[in-house]
Amino acid sequence: MKPAPFDYTRPASVSEAAAALAAGEGGAKLIAGGQSLGPMLNLRLVQPRLLVDVAGIEALHAFEETADALRIGAGITAANIEDQRIDTGAVPLLQRVAAGIAYRAVRNRGTIGGSLCHADPAADWVNLMPALGVRYELVGPSGRRTVAAADFMTAAFETVLAPDEVLETVVIPKPSAGARFGHVKIARKTGKFAMAIAVVVSDPGRGVFRALIGATHGRPLVVEEAASLLGSDGNTPDTARIGALLVEAGITEPAARQLHLTALRRAAAEAFSKALPS
Amino acid sequence: MSMERSGHARADASGVGAAVLRKEDARFLEGRGQYVADIRLPGTLEVAFVRSPVAHARLKAVHVPADLERRVFTAEDLADMKPIRAATALPGFKHSSEPVLASGKIRYVGEIIAMCVAPSRAEAEDMAARVGLDYEELPAVADVARAMAPDAPLVHEEWGDNVFITFSEDAGGDIDRVAAEAAITVTREIRTARHCMFPMEGRGVLAHMDARLDFLTVISATQMPHVVQHGLAECLGLPDGKVRVISPDVGGGFGYKGLLLREEVALAWLTRRLGVPVRWLEDCREHLTANANCREHAYAITGYADSEGRLLGLDCVAHVDAGAYSVYPTSSALEAAQVANLLPGPYDLPVYRCRSHAVASNKCPILPYRGVARTGVCLALETVLDAIAVEAGIEPWELRLRNLVGPERMPFENVLKKHFDSGDYPQCLRRAVDAIDLPAIRERQKAPEADGRRIGVGLAIFCEQGAHGTSVLASWGRPVVPGYEQATARLTADGELEIRVGTHSHGQGHETTYAQIAHEILGLPLERIKVFQGDTLLVPFSTGTWGSRSIVMGGGAVAEASRALALRIGAIGAWLLQAEADAVEVGAGMVRGGEASVSFGEVARAWYLQPQQLPPGVDTTGLEVTAGYRAERDSGTFSYATHAALVAVDTETGLVEILDYVVVEDGGVLVNPMIVDGQITGGTAQGIGTGLFEAMPFDSEGQPLASTLLDYLLPGAADVPDIRILHMETPSPYTAFGVKGIGEGGAVAPPAALVSAVNDALRPLGVAFCDVPLTPDAILGAILAAGER
Repeated sequence: MKPAPFDYTRPASVSEAAAALAAGEGGAKLIAGGQSLGPMLNLRLVQPRLLVDVAGIEALHAFEETADALRIGAGITAANIEDQRIDTGAVPLLQRVAAGIAYRAVRNRGTIGGSLCHADPAADWVNLMPALGVRYELVGPSGRRTVAAADFMTAAFETVLAPDEVLETVVIPKPSAGARFGHVKIARKTGKFAMAIAVVVSDPGRGVFRALIGATHGRPLVVEEAASLLGSDGNTPDTARIGALLVEAGITEPAARQLHLTALRRAAAEAFSKALPS
Repeated sequence: MSMERSGHARADASGVGAAVLRKEDARFLEGRGQYVADIRLPGTLEVAFVRSPVAHARLKAVHVPADLERRVFTAEDLADMKPIRAATALPGFKHSSEPVLASGKIRYVGEIIAMCVAPSRAEAEDMAARVGLDYEELPAVADVARAMAPDAPLVHEEWGDNVFITFSEDAGGDIDRVAAEAAITVTREIRTARHCMFPMEGRGVLAHMDARLDFLTVISATQMPHVVQHGLAECLGLPDGKVRVISPDVGGGFGYKGLLLREEVALAWLTRRLGVPVRWLEDCREHLTANANCREHAYAITGYADSEGRLLGLDCVAHVDAGAYSVYPTSSALEAAQVANLLPGPYDLPVYRCRSHAVASNKCPILPYRGVARTGVCLALETVLDAIAVEAGIEPWELRLRNLVGPERMPFENVLKKHFDSGDYPQCLRRAVDAIDLPAIRERQKAPEADGRRIGVGLAIFCEQGAHGTSVLASWGRPVVPGYEQATARLTADGELEIRVGTHSHGQGHETTYAQIAHEILGLPLERIKVFQGDTLLVPFSTGTWGSRSIVMGGGAVAEASRALALRIGAIGAWLLQAEADAVEVGAGMVRGGEASVSFGEVARAWYLQPQQLPPGVDTTGLEVTAGYRAERDSGTFSYATHAALVAVDTETGLVEILDYVVVEDGGVLVNPMIVDGQITGGTAQGIGTGLFEAMPFDSEGQPLASTLLDYLLPGAADVPDIRILHMETPSPYTAFGVKGIGEGGAVAPPAALVSAVNDALRPLGVAFCDVPLTPDAILGAILAAGER
């Protein structure tokens, strides 16, 4: 379990990283925390010619709270959010989701951007950001562009990221004061990837009632007008419609469908419960 | 002269029965342990193996690139090596020869085919990736059903079928007659998944030539250095005296390190060939994909009872998926033999029939994992007993109470003439029922839980025959049968004690417990007693540590050697005191005669340094004694326990949470109760793994499907509850101090207790499980299916 030989470079800026990726002509791979790529290298499932290590790039560790959003550098680790070394209190779900990712050793090194770009269908950040209306700022040789989280991941382990592009900043809009959240992750045991994830966001102040069904075989299912799925009170789910959506997403096995349905129902119940969400 | 133990030595803060901290923990906790991977020899080369990617194939050629020819070795290079043969003398046993490196035929995924050697493991793996295999794939025997089918492919063509051996037991009477007359008949099919043992430290081997002492030295993470020494010598065609095996600190064994490894033989050959040290360290992927080697049983079992739930008979056909080869020395027969042997458990069963088949398949060879066959056997029997209780309309614990053997019948011979040495099984059960507070749980079950889950309680009882002696193992026809376990006790010139034992601690704390036993007799403080183990050059021959034998056999030997040494010390001490030898007492590190005393230091000084002080006619073998021990009756000690589990089942996710877990254990006299608690807790954690998590799935072509810990689930800290352990101590009448073997029991009952508890929780839904692991998928699937019925 040792990786095949590769070259290694440690660029100082995002544009240098993008240039290194471009020069690698498809044989270069970005590494940040290495919590997914590391094992894949060791198992020789991937054998890049060049590793571009972005851990030292300052811009990827930046954090800023503006009037209407949190701007989180893609290189920030889950542990930094879990420990609130950056104050993400304006979006309360972030700390809770961070703390539930894998094991502490993984959270110590695993980055938010690395997880989003790796695009594992069962990963935690992948299945949160689209529900929060997040946008990603990508930097490539031809400049900067912004992509909605819901449009970023295209399929399992596939994104719209060009081979020479780097995810630089995750821009998370701040919810309004009356916003309510529900988040449920069902896993075999603590630390394991999810079998089902559901997120429900109700933010009447911003006209948002959104549901996300995650840990599917591909990109998460995002339903923008969730009242049609869950009832306007959030507690009268249309199980037939949800079932049909799941089947459409390839989840045909009854036990697996039941799990997703349970997650969604519980997330909705949390968002619409009288108790304040944790 | 008198040196009797003063009754039960609880008064002594560090003797038998004292929960002293472990001597070895200082180095382990400070990271100063010496495992194979910690040992550095200059110029060591690293080995990576080319392993078979397929389960069953004819291997036509191994293509080694020309530039690697001198650094890659195949079966052709090793042609002078004898294969590994675990011959058992049992009639009807079909033999398998396990080659060191595969040639001609590949019989399981992960089988080693070529050996690549380089300055670093990464470079060796680069080489392995360049070795080409030319093979013709054959249909694989991936499970028992396929193996037993009339048109099955054959793992070993010359056999004509895929059965290593079948064990038959017919005892107590005519089972067909019982079947005709029984008021209650319950039949179940029960399966336990194949899984991995997963010690914290994997296997590891470092081999080198010792020119000064003229040894081939093999440093290996093994439970049995002498067995490896003898096995290696046989394969290499060397005298035993030219092979030294060192087992340094070992990070967990559980049976995984209780055999002669192909890798050990291969590296021994390689270092002789190259003349430099060579090392191989198993990695996690090798462990998972090449070594899922335990627990896979299938039972078709029928229990018969009268209307009151009294057992009338048990009828079982069992299959053990034993894999492709018979490993040395335990053999592929052990697991199936133990199934047939142990199934009646601690119950008063009048009539018993069992056919137990050891089946060959295209999987890695089966090894006895902590508890050996008992984990499956306990699940099978206890699940049937639960079902009989439901039929009889009584509580499962009450049904067990009606069938357990009472203390008044001890020692007891069961239907198979197995000799239970001592114990009070009904009391053990009652204590567990009290501790889990069954009445309160039954009350709580009457109302729905606030969180919507369903709770259930389960019980399982088992006995753990440990420390099997010559009379038992000789009848199994094994190539290695334990006899008199030996220990050496030596007083050093300054009066400290050295103990040498052939058993090997791989987590059991023998450096502490053996010292406690020596202390019990000689009274030296523990810090002045040193226990040596794990080196064939230094310690007496032993079959090693396995089968819950060490504290009984090794501990007994330490006691014998200490007693014999006490006599020698007493004789010299008496002379120094100018007293008669039978008028002195040896203890507390002193020889006392009336008011006067001499210390062990003074006695040792006389023997080693000032011999002019010695008595005339002194025993010239001096202050070093090797003594042998065999239990008064060597049919084994019987520890036993009741496990009780309270679980909550989320019927919308299939997830099981263990809310409470009680173990009431009777391991005879406990040398160190703290260490025993650790053993029980660790074993129970492994049993929870078997019950809820661990499974190595194989596809129909024999490919193992979990290659990382992403897919292979082990129980973690969050999955193992605070296990509440209560002790009973019924001494064994046959052993030193009344100790019993207790190393494995924790891992036996959890699957049975958990299945019982989940079935109790879900009984109102009409759902019942027999197989482990109990996955959320299986639970949810069954609930959904029951809902549709």
